[in-house]
Amino acid sequence: MITYLGRRAFHSILSVIGLLTLVFFLTRLTGDPSALYLPLDSTAEARAAFARLNGLDQPIHWQFVEYLRDLLQLDFGESLRQNRSAMQVALEAFPETLKLAVVAITLSTALAILVGSLAAARPGSMFDRVASLVSLAGASAPDFWVAIVGILVFAVGLGVLPTSGTGSWAHWIMPTFVLMLRPFGLLVQVVRGTMLSALASPYIKTARAKGLPRQKIIFGHALRNSLLPVVTVAGDLATSLVNGAVVVESIFGWPGIGKLMIDSIIQRDFAVVQSTILVTATAIFILNIAIDLLYAVLDPRIRY
Amino acid sequence: MSNATILKVEGLTVDFLSDDEPLRAVNDVSFHVSRGETLVILGESGSGKSVSTSTVMDLIDCPPGDIVAGSCYFDGVELSGLGAEARRAINGRRIAMIFQDPLAYLNPVYTVGRQIEEVYESHGEGTGKNARAKTIELLRRVGIPEPENRVEFYPHQFSGGQRQRVMIAMAIALKPDILIADEPTTALDVSVQAQILDLLRDLQRETGMALIMITHDLEVAASMADRIIVMNGGKVVETGIAKAVFSNPQHAYTRRLIAALPHGNAAEAPNRRSTAIAGETLLKVEHLTKHYELASGAFGSKRTFKAVDDISFEVRRGETLGIVGESGSGKSSVARMLLGLNAPSAGKAVFAGENIFDMNEKRLMAFRRKVQMVFQDPYGSMNPRMRVYSIISEPWVIHRDILPKNRWKARVAELLELVGLLPEHAERYPHQFSGGQRQRIAIARALASEPELIVCDEAVSALDVSIQAQVIDLLADLRTRLGLSYIFITHDLPIVRHFADRIMVMKDGRIVEEGQTAALFGAPRHDYTQSLLQAVPKPKWLTQAQ
Repeated sequence: MITYLGRRAFHSILSVIGLLTLVFFLTRLTGDPSALYLPLDSTAEARAAFARLNGLDQPIHWQFVEYLRDLLQLDFGESLRQNRSAMQVALEAFPETLKLAVVAITLSTALAILVGSLAAARPGSMFDRVASLVSLAGASAPDFWVAIVGILVFAVGLGVLPTSGTGSWAHWIMPTFVLMLRPFGLLVQVVRGTMLSALASPYIKTARAKGLPRQKIIFGHALRNSLLPVVTVAGDLATSLVNGAVVVESIFGWPGIGKLMIDSIIQRDFAVVQSTILVTATAIFILNIAIDLLYAVLDPRIRY
Repeated sequence: MSNATILKVEGLTVDFLSDDEPLRAVNDVSFHVSRGETLVILGESGSGKSVSTSTVMDLIDCPPGDIVAGSCYFDGVELSGLGAEARRAINGRRIAMIFQDPLAYLNPVYTVGRQIEEVYESHGEGTGKNARAKTIELLRRVGIPEPENRVEFYPHQFSGGQRQRVMIAMAIALKPDILIADEPTTALDVSVQAQILDLLRDLQRETGMALIMITHDLEVAASMADRIIVMNGGKVVETGIAKAVFSNPQHAYTRRLIAALPHGNAAEAPNRRSTAIAGETLLKVEHLTKHYELASGAFGSKRTFKAVDDISFEVRRGETLGIVGESGSGKSSVARMLLGLNAPSAGKAVFAGENIFDMNEKRLMAFRRKVQMVFQDPYGSMNPRMRVYSIISEPWVIHRDILPKNRWKARVAELLELVGLLPEHAERYPHQFSGGQRQRIAIARALASEPELIVCDEAVSALDVSIQAQVIDLLADLRTRLGLSYIFITHDLPIVRHFADRIMVMKDGRIVEEGQTAALFGAPRHDYTQSLLQAVPKPKWLTQAQ
């Protein structure tokens, strides 16, 4: 168990280093930040001074060595845009994303388990057919389109919800709903499929022969055995939400890490881009370990 | 209907709906069972024996099931008229059921304790500590060692026999009036089977419950039954007192079944041993050993598992060597090494003057042509998307020198006829055949490369008794006609009795006894061989007379 965690941590550190290397060089391919941060008519001297100040005059491989050295001292660089620690900027945005992701994934998973189980309990029924249709629509609707239509209808047309930003609980409704659509749609289908095969398993026959009540058979025996694939898919979806829902955060002006990332890329704020990547990569690493541990909790046959 | 009759089934007819015609699984079946009595429902696969009892337990899903006619009276009450709650009060409390494969029929994610306690809780017979205490007592009764600890174990942490004991504990928790046992020992080794059957008999004596036992195994049936009903094709073809049915079967089907019994009366049974005098040595195995390093424990101590431990034997031309052992005895490991599928840890096997384990790729190819294998599950060992023609001709694609392509078609037809099938079967797919026919195709495929030795690994174990006899007859016939040698691996001693010339009994990776078949059966020297022979169930009327 301890060896397993150690091995996982070691592999994750390796892949984070690889990722940071890639991001470091790729962001610098987007161009020179001085073109964005200095007035258009700046002199060559002013540009050179800006570059020197931010270490951009060095050859790129030397910049990389310095970046790694700073990283070891937990110095993540300064934001060009905000003139403060890049890591602080990233860490301020991350909780906003996390809150939204946790609410969206929890709600959609809980709802999907309920709907999927009930659909599987009576396959072919009216409820099953409606559930299949709704989940398919949810899984395939493009989120940016739903988001924009939502703003048009509820904010611009009816005026009952705010268009964007944060503050009141009303600000949560549309971003949460849009983020829930795809996970809900996919999870209903996963839950329904695994529940159908679980309900056909021999141990369900045993439960019926024991005279257990129906809801205990469905939720106690079948669902408990269906949770592994559900956790796999829900974990995968959670990963993509923690990563920052770039499109949804941008449309609703949600000050999360996805919006910060895209803004920083556009602004060539290299240090912030690198810090956001480091934060989300760490979060995803922790999430994956948590999912693996959850497997072992859910299935006694799995041991690390 | 006497007072003691607890269950009475009348005119039961069950269909299964499918795309075309509804399939009639059970056709006008009637039976009854009394308290303290054992009724055996005997039949081969597809005879409808499980469907009839599942209907009694309300375990048939409708649709696709469709109960067309019939009624079940339990303790005077018609079961089909009951509502869900009344039904639930009967299942588990008054009628309980155990199944063939306890690993699949126990929920893998709950401890066995929890699964047994659930029976008490859902029938209002105790919760929490009370239910736990009863569960531990119950596990002790069915012979689970250290029940205080094992109650917290999960199903996969038990052996096959123990899992069936757990299932039995769960079923008898509330002292039911009827226990239905659906092939309860089919997946178990013969010695474990004997223990489970003993346990069922003891429990029946203690509680006076009625036992309905479903089986395809005539020996098990004879050892348990007071009365017996024989089913074939969804119908009851014969019914009566067990001794009468076995000693004087009326229906042609029952007669055929009993004639196929591998060890019935030794004098009457057809002898299928080889008649020719065995020729020169074909295969000589010396000090064959296979060790597995197990993962080191918490304190780094490496352990070795000896799957096969220093065994030597030989097979002569035209001879059949039976290797008999229970699961884990190492018999299949021997087969896998001889075919070059696994490398041995030590030892050698000389085939036609050359050590198999020293061969290079090219020699190995030539060797594999000479030694073929027939597996337990013919369906699993055939590509379902290949036609029989391609399956049989595949060895010729690999070994190009056997046969020119223009003669393949004629040779496939010839081989099919040799194994008792028709030439036109070549155009069909494996799923269009029955289990016995598929095993014939597997034998035809093995014969295609013109082998000298065929290794049969539990080749007839998955087949019904009457089909087993046919396949063994076929193998014996081919041996005489083609001069083949066999290594016939099985867990079932009676099967090899009239087929093998010599028998080797394996246990824990070692040979415990070896000898000519008649001598070994007549006077087994080793304790283990004796216990194996004694574990074969004896008819109830003989044991009661003693």
